[in-house]
Amino acid sequence: MSYQIDIGQTRYTFADLKTLMAKATPLRSGDCLAGVAAENASERVAAQQCLAEVPLKRFLNEALIPYEQDEVTRLILDSHDAEAFAPVSHLTVGDFRNWLLSELASTEALKALAPGLTPEMVAAVSKIMRIQDLILVAQKTEVVTRFRNTIGLRGRMSTRLQPNHPTDDPAGVAAVVLDGLLYANGDAVIGINPATDNYHAVTRLMNLLDEVIQRYEIPTQSCVLTHVTTHLEAINRGAPVDLVFQSIAGTQAANDSFGISLSILDEAHKAALELGRGTVGQNVMYFETGQGSALSANAHHGVDQQTCETRAYAVARRFDPLLVNTVVGFIGPEYLYDGKQIIRAGLEDHFCGKLLGLPMGCDICYTNHAEADQDDMDMLLTQLGVAGINFIMGIPGSDDIMLNYQTTSFHDALYVREVLNKPPAPEFAAWLEKMGIFGTDNRLASGSTLPPPFAHLQDRL
Amino acid sequence: MDKKSVDTHAFVTSNSWASLRRHTDARIGLGRSGISLPTEPQLEFQQAHARARDAVHIPLDLTQLESDLAAAGLQSLRLHSQAQDRATYLQRPDKGRRLDADSAAALKQFGAQQVPADACIVIADGLSSTAVQRHAARVAAAIDQRLEAEGLTRTPVCIVQQGRVAVGDEVGELLDSRVVILLVGERPGLSSPDSLGIYYTYSPRVGLTDAARNCISNVRPAGISPEDAADRLMWLVMESLKRKLSGVDLKDESGDAEALDGEGRRNFLLE
Repeated sequence: MSYQIDIGQTRYTFADLKTLMAKATPLRSGDCLAGVAAENASERVAAQQCLAEVPLKRFLNEALIPYEQDEVTRLILDSHDAEAFAPVSHLTVGDFRNWLLSELASTEALKALAPGLTPEMVAAVSKIMRIQDLILVAQKTEVVTRFRNTIGLRGRMSTRLQPNHPTDDPAGVAAVVLDGLLYANGDAVIGINPATDNYHAVTRLMNLLDEVIQRYEIPTQSCVLTHVTTHLEAINRGAPVDLVFQSIAGTQAANDSFGISLSILDEAHKAALELGRGTVGQNVMYFETGQGSALSANAHHGVDQQTCETRAYAVARRFDPLLVNTVVGFIGPEYLYDGKQIIRAGLEDHFCGKLLGLPMGCDICYTNHAEADQDDMDMLLTQLGVAGINFIMGIPGSDDIMLNYQTTSFHDALYVREVLNKPPAPEFAAWLEKMGIFGTDNRLASGSTLPPPFAHLQDRL
Repeated sequence: MDKKSVDTHAFVTSNSWASLRRHTDARIGLGRSGISLPTEPQLEFQQAHARARDAVHIPLDLTQLESDLAAAGLQSLRLHSQAQDRATYLQRPDKGRRLDADSAAALKQFGAQQVPADACIVIADGLSSTAVQRHAARVAAAIDQRLEAEGLTRTPVCIVQQGRVAVGDEVGELLDSRVVILLVGERPGLSSPDSLGIYYTYSPRVGLTDAARNCISNVRPAGISPEDAADRLMWLVMESLKRKLSGVDLKDESGDAEALDGEGRRNFLLE
């Protein structure tokens, strides 16, 4: 079915819903690369005006990627909750924006609505929203998840401590873990990207992180970000797996290129649940996503990258994850060209994920071949802080010496805590105080020397 | 001006554990002004970022690379991707993944005159010509020696300018090589402008995805040494030839856990 709109003397026609969605997307290099972007600014806004008139129900009847060809489409449509959808089922995309901004869309109403929304509906409304809309609506949502602590409570923000090292050197990893803990980071997860997928190296890191968490009785969880099938192998051989990690995308073909499917994820989810390692909850999955991944794998079916990204959240949603992290600037300038594009994409992803009921975090990041710098990251960090992001990354001095990109630092988290009054997860905050890392008031104690529980490490310095 | 004329202790907190930097290049123990980064590390970071930004645009010195390869006893062929320049390379990944028409034709012609080889080493400049310039010849030589020791035949080394990872599959396909080993300059980091990546594909052909490739990353002085990387790669090559596949179904199980622990490299947090 084609869509059209007359603006003044000009008639704009869009061949189908996915074309309309793509042309309505705020400018980004990946959509230009895919050849699906609007031809000019006027066509882009015309597409947004046209999209605003599309009924939300339309998305249940016109699949952007055919049902027969794609298991993610099947997952989205087969798991749609019509009852939850009822409060907004009569609305157009434009009216849905108004509804979301209104007082009707309370925290409770948004929570109840989530299973009734599809990724495409959420992506569509995000395309006609300004940054302040994306922030305002997102900060009304609250998505709380639990494993060994409670993440996502309103007014709090957690961090992933990311102690990456180019050779997975145990002493090097330990040095960063210590620095991160002493800067009050690590409540979302202590999560390391291994330098290789070598099975022995991966399980050695799993043991290392697990032993540190046990020794210091840290109310947090560990994760080694290796392929899901390696996690399964590790679980089968008895390695200490807290969270199972996997990168996911919004089309079956893109997931194929990652070497995964819904059934593989299902198997890993079940295996991790059986371990029962969570103490306050059983959210056992950690997913990462990012706009552009489907196009990068040539698996986007002519769908714009932001809509593909939102479809990945349908995959995540099925497995009740503890953490979903959009790694927004990692992919490079071919997909998100500069700071402006990265900032908007990060806020869109957070908004869309939260509306779908996911515990969204963001790797607020950029590479050295993108037109972005620390100022851009500060803007996105501050805006996501206001929007109520569940967690961000924490790395020493913003410099990942293994993955070769820049993300938020241990200090950056402290900045958000200071200007927005956002303490970490309650269990972790209590631990920080007990360990003498926090003084009172969720603020760092002196910090020039090791606190007493770490004093035995003095002769290692 | 005497930098030490002001005592900053009243408003800058230093960290006694900064000495742990001997274990890692990570920017630990930076201290803080209030909760923020003190001026010195803040400006050091900005300087490192500026250098990394510039590094992306340094062109590969092809003649030097060819002579380094020749000195290591390796013949090479000169190829180019469809991305004519760096600006196109950065904005059009599709073009960096394919050979330009002249290169494809030349390679096809070359392949037609040869008996297909077991392995083909490809070098692509990627995002860091510095990494390729500094390490590629040495890594290629280390790999070539090991291939030879296993009795495997090799094509000349194919150098692809403005090349991305997937271009290796096209090279391998045109030469009808059983496996392709691609060395590529990885995105430059602040502390590591010279990191080389190795990608491996069994039965290379155009259109394969990352799921069909194995990767060894961070080959550089502060990362994995050329010899270790070549050993690890050879484990993958031999296992791959046996099982006739590569990628996610081929797990790297080389070495054993104990061998990874050197003296003094233990996790001191557990002491």
